[in-house]
This record gives sequence, structure tokens and C-alpha cells, in this order.
Amino acid sequence: MAYKGVAVTGMGILSAAGMSPAENYAALLAGRSGISTIENFETIHNRLPTGEIKMTNATLADLLGLPLVNDYSRTAMLGVMAAKAALADAGLPDTADCRTGLVSASSVGGMDTDEKHHFDYFNNPALLRYVGSRDIGNVTHKIAEALGITGFATTISTACSSSANAVMLGARLIRSGRLDRVVVGGTDALSKFTVNGFRTLMILSDQLCQPFDNDRTGLNLGEAAAYLVLESDDMVQRRGCRVLARVAGYANANDAFHQTASSDNGEGAYLAMSQALAVAGLQPADISYINVHGTATPNNDLTEGRALLRIYGDTPLPPFSSTKPFTGHTLAAAAAVEAVYSILALQNDVVFPNLNFATPMADLGTSPAIQLLHTRINHVLSNSFGFGGNCSTLIFSKV
Amino acid sequence: MMKRVYVTGLSCISAQPTFGAGLDTEWRFQPECNVLETIHPVYKSFLPAAALRRMSKVIRMGVTSANAALADAGVSMPDAIIIGTGMGCGEDSDKFLEAIVANGEEMLTPTAFIQSTHNTVGAQVAVGIGCKGYNLTYVNGAVSFESALLDAQMTIAEGNAHTILTGGIDELTKHSADLFRHSGLIKLGGDYTEVLHSKSGGTVFGEGAAFAVLSDSPGKSPYAEVADVWMTAVLQPQAVAGAVSDFLTANGLTPADIDAVVLGIDGDVQYDGYYSQTATDLFAETPQVYYKHLCGEFNTAQAFGFWAACHMLHTNEIPPVMVINHLPQRELNHILLYNQYNGIDHSLILLKACRNTP
Amino acid sequence: MEDLKLELKKNIITVLNLEDLKPEDIDDNAPIFGDGLGLDSIDALELIVMFSKEYGIKLTDPKEGKKIFISINTMADYITAHRTV
Repeated sequence: MAYKGVAVTGMGILSAAGMSPAENYAALLAGRSGISTIENFETIHNRLPTGEIKMTNATLADLLGLPLVNDYSRTAMLGVMAAKAALADAGLPDTADCRTGLVSASSVGGMDTDEKHHFDYFNNPALLRYVGSRDIGNVTHKIAEALGITGFATTISTACSSSANAVMLGARLIRSGRLDRVVVGGTDALSKFTVNGFRTLMILSDQLCQPFDNDRTGLNLGEAAAYLVLESDDMVQRRGCRVLARVAGYANANDAFHQTASSDNGEGAYLAMSQALAVAGLQPADISYINVHGTATPNNDLTEGRALLRIYGDTPLPPFSSTKPFTGHTLAAAAAVEAVYSILALQNDVVFPNLNFATPMADLGTSPAIQLLHTRINHVLSNSFGFGGNCSTLIFSKV
Repeated sequence: MMKRVYVTGLSCISAQPTFGAGLDTEWRFQPECNVLETIHPVYKSFLPAAALRRMSKVIRMGVTSANAALADAGVSMPDAIIIGTGMGCGEDSDKFLEAIVANGEEMLTPTAFIQSTHNTVGAQVAVGIGCKGYNLTYVNGAVSFESALLDAQMTIAEGNAHTILTGGIDELTKHSADLFRHSGLIKLGGDYTEVLHSKSGGTVFGEGAAFAVLSDSPGKSPYAEVADVWMTAVLQPQAVAGAVSDFLTANGLTPADIDAVVLGIDGDVQYDGYYSQTATDLFAETPQVYYKHLCGEFNTAQAFGFWAACHMLHTNEIPPVMVINHLPQRELNHILLYNQYNGIDHSLILLKACRNTP
Repeated sequence: MEDLKLELKKNIITVLNLEDLKPEDIDDNAPIFGDGLGLDSIDALELIVMFSKEYGIKLTDPKEGKKIFISINTMADYITAHRTV
């Protein structure tokens, strides 16, 4: 029997563009970017355009009902809040009714907290409660606890492709019959560590990022958390719940070229896309919209573009866009954020615009959708690539 | 038909002379050490100088051990690389963080940041051998290696790979060691002799890189077969026996079928009850084995336990240095591993002998 | 100029961790990227920081580095013309 895809029954998202799927959708429709500058922590890079969530840690803790003295990093708080929202969206008061698992992704976990206290643990015993914040699994445990998940819980970290792999693993765990329901997604808060890290790579732009533009000068960072609830068809039937979309295809391949740079012809990206199409049993022409990785670094957009052209050959490319100008590049959360956006595209038959685009790339010969486009959307392909050559592709299909 | 998963290659770098060796190695005991020192191979002999100059300890250990496991299996190109690490590349993270503070966010260089991402070892192995297949890194405390093993088992079952490189890697940085001592995770004083029957909190720590090549065909002389892997985030002490029984039942076995149980006892009196309770309830008449007095505790220590158990099944012998209870040794057909850390991230691994395969 | 070249080689060996190399192993005219010393884009970023720290030369675009980091000679010429410290 053909694989029709694992059901997505709920989603939750917190990003600079909005604090719910509805708020994010409104921003996408209005072409309203969430990029601003960093206000929540002290940094000399406070003029760089960045996708910061305008909510302080104190406010987040308050909304989550955490005690004044707690051991939550910002990454954990964002993750808990988005995952709880996904569960509520799926109409689930709790998760005890079946074998529910959690697959969460993060690139630096609670680095936002650890970097504040790294040198002070030894002379301030009160700070010792934060010792675990550097451990990414600690974030996942906090989310699991908040969702009442006591069984299968694991964490994936493959840099900027992490949460695509979380969605993929969740779908496979359900397909293999190991679990009935899996909450999947990712969370990454902004930190001095990542802002400075990307700065040293000289790929942070001091302008609003311009994916796929000839004159692009690099990426804008962002922070986000986004989670999906995936359920088996048996559970969907048993609960009589609504299905938002299906995870029809997924693949993970490696570029095996360089720790940070992509190969010239985007080999890893090409392999991930072609394998995901094969899992979904789809042809390139079946895809109605591509949500590209599109970080706006010179290297990514050129090689991703070449890989797309290789996949399509003589077939015309469907409309594609990078939604990173709305949110910034949210690292391990990016693929989950863009999974939510892909599902919104499917539900509303719309292609989101690639903001800030002005000039087509001289050496590519194709350019992204720059206007909001209302058109029938049956299948959305979403790319996410990371350091270490990690390339992942997800395909979401209409119910 | 369900595909079988064979272990066809092994490698281990640890506080013991395990690199390039099996269980007949010269066990080394480190008195009065609460952090065990690792025995490193001469990495220059195994890694190209151009790559080595950027590699921190965990990357050196990881890539070298990974390549050695592939060589042991006679596999030049696996179909997938799936790795577990609890703490990832801590040395590079510390280095970059310290530079941010020392230089006030200015004049920073990229290398430590680039190498600090948790998937660096998986990536470096892939780049080194040109492996374009499935590549994943799990980072979930004490079930990081087990997550990788489970994924590998699923990938082979799906028919998406014939051979998979999998392993567990963790390094203990100076900062972490200081911090873990300060916060009581590492024993204050104490050494390997206090791992069994401990009366104190904290553990003796270590680090390491243990790798295995898994295959859907047994090859000439497989070490063992991975029959099943199970993990759970939370488990109450009184629920362990039930969970173990359910796991064995699902595999058509009872506790009596287990010829040796490998326990992750790490000397933390707060949590070793999980093991003693399980041993008493289900495995009183079964040879019981421990190993963390040899390799120390770390998030992926069970990869060392896995390495040891595979060798036991291959040789049909339990090294006396790992024996807890002195029962007559049986013919080793089934070994069960049970591990947890700090009361969370519990896992079970069931291994079968294949001495007579094929 | 010879002093600068020697200092430059020592700096390169230190910042790029080329511990097996001695300054005299590096030819003034040989390409340092690709087939020469086998350096890559990450090393170029390290060299950009080294230029800033040691010689007060600020390069804001990694592409600029490509024209400068060709050989010891091209680097030394650029430093001589542009150094601020």
C-alpha cells in the first residue's frame, strides 16, 4: 500500500513573526517581518538585524507559571510554551491515552543561560541550579515533563537542519508502529554564543537579509520554537480529530564536503530532495511550493539554487521562497518553523513572498516568488541544511 | 521478515587500553582518581595533519575510533552514520565562550565555534570518508548512544541501509570536571573501588569513544546480534522490574534466559538502588556484570558497556574484573544491558550471541 | 621586509595551529591555499582576524582576503602598504 503520510494534528509556534500559527500567518500575509534588534541581553551586536521574540525571560516564566527561582533556560521556556500550544491545538488535554513520545531539537540548548553564569558557578552556590542548562537533553526533559510524556524522549542536534530530522524521526517512529503519537520540533533561543559565532564566520548581514538576491550579504539570526503533533491513523480515527496535513516525504543526506561550506553543485541538498520525493512517491512537478532553506549567505543560496535546478532539469520550477526574512534564521528551530509555514501554505492555498528581494542572481537563472500568491497547493517541499553537511528535506501534503 | 542487526566491527577509546584490543587487555586501575585519565592512541598516526590541527579531544577520539570500527568490520563506506553524544564538543564550546568574555565579543576567531556544534564528529567522519548517506547526531543525556542504536536498528529494518556506523562519544573538559566536582556530580575524593557497593553520592567520571559497525548480514565472524533497544525518560525504581519483564517478553524471553546482565552501576548511592533492586528482583541467579569502575561515568558510558558485552558474546567469556556476583558462568547466549543516569534516561539493550553464525 | 615575512610565517603557524611546520618550510612565493599549505575558507577567516589583531588591518568582506592571502609575498606587500600598527 502506498504511504500516504503521517498525520499532523496540531502545531505550535513562537517566533519573531508571531506567538501562534494565526499570528505568524497574519504576518506572512501582510509581508510583515519580525526582524528587529537585540534588546533582551547585553551585546555589542545590538544593532544587527535579528529576529528576537519580544518577551523577556521574566514574562515567559510568568506565562508558564514557573516559580521566581527556577532552572529554565530561555530555550527551554520557548520550547515548553510552543510544545504545549501544539498539544492544545491537537485538542489534547494530556498524553496518557496512548504511547506518546517526544523528539526535540536544539543546536545549543540552554547556552543562553550557561553563558551568563559560566564563570560564576564556583563563587555563587545559588547558580548551581543552572549547571544542567548546557546539556541539550535537559531542555527536552523539561518539555517532556510539561507535556506529561514519561516514555520515549530524545533530542537531535544536527545544527541548522536539526528539527527537520526530528519531524523525520517522529514520522518513522509512528510508521514503524513503535509509537502512536510523537510531538516533534525544535527550540533555540538567541545567545551571545551563536551571535558571535556566526559573526566570526562573517555571514551575519548588517542589512535585512535578502535570500536568493544577487547582492545578498548574509543571514539574520533569529530565535524560535515550533512543534508539531504527529499521530498514527489509528489514533486519528479513534479520536476523530482533524488532520492539518500529512508528512508525506522526508530524507537526510550528507554533503560530505566541508564542515561549513556546501559543495559547488549542492550534492547533499540534491540527494535529500530526490530521496524525499522518492519516499513521498512524488515527481518534482507534483510540488506546488518550495520553502527553501535560503539563509541569504552567498554560499547557501547559490548551491541550493543549483541543486534545485538539478532536481527539476527541464521541468519548470514551482514558486519558491525563503521565509527567513520574516523570522531570521532560527537554527535548530528553523525547519519546524518552516514546517508550520508549509502547513499554513497547504491549508490556505498560498505561497508566501520572499521579502527584500531585488536582483536575480546572475549565475543562477531563476528567482523566488516575491509577491503573495494565491494558488492551489497540494504538496510543499521544505529544505533545511546545516553545518557538517547535514541536509534534510521534508514534504508536506494536503489532507 | 524482520531484518537482523549484526555487530561486525568494534572500537573503543577509553580509560583502559581498549583501542585495538578486546577484553583480554591489561586492565588499568587508577587509585585515588575521581576522574579517570583516558589512554589516547597517537592520533598523528591515524588522522591527516591538516584535519588534526583543528580537532579537540572529543573529535580526535571520535573520528579515530569511528575509523577503527569501520576497519575492524572491513567496511570502507557505511550507508549511514548515527552518533550519540551527551555533551558534544565541550572543549570548543568552553574555548569560544571564554574568548567571548575575555575579548568583549571582539576579535574572535571562528574555528572553536565551528567545531563546537554537536554534530561535528559525525560530520568529520562523513567528510573524511566521503559518506553522503543518512547522518544524525543524538544528544539526550544517558540515552544519546541508545537513541543512535535504536535509529540504526530502525534504518536497517526499513531497508534503507546495509551497514551503519554508530557510536557514543563524550569528553570531560577541565571546566566540566571542576564544575561537576563543585556540584557533587563527581565524588569528593574516592576512586574506582567505590563504584560497587557505594555509600556516597556522586560518581567517578570518565570519557570515551566507542563505535560499532552494524550490518544486516553477519559477515564472517560477527561479534553479536542487536536484538532490541528500549528507552524511557522517566521510570520509578519499583517499575523497573516490570519494564524489564515486558521488554524481555516482547522478545520472547524471560529473565531466566539472560546469561549475564550488564548494569550501569556508577557508585552514586542515590541512584544505584535502581540496579540493586533490578538485580535482586529479576537476576539474583544470573551472572551480574559492571564496568563503570573501568571507564568512569559519562553520558555515553553504555557504549563502553555495549562494546564489552559484544566482546563477551563473541568470546563466551566474562572478564573477572567485571563480575559482581560469583556464580558459575553459563554459556553466553543472551546479554541484557540496563543503564540510567541520575534517575532519568533509562535504557535496555538486548544482545544475542552469534558465535555459530553463519 | 624579511623580518616581516618571518614574523608573518610565525603568526600563521600559531593561529592556524600548523605545529609540524617551521617558518623556513614555507616558500615566500608558494600558494598558501589549495595545493600549497592546504588551507581552506575557515583559515582565511582566521587570517582576517590575525590581520586585524597584529597589523590593524580590517577586512570586512571575506572576498577581499582572496586577493591578499595568495602567498607570503602578497600578504607582506599588503601589510606594508596598509598596516596601521
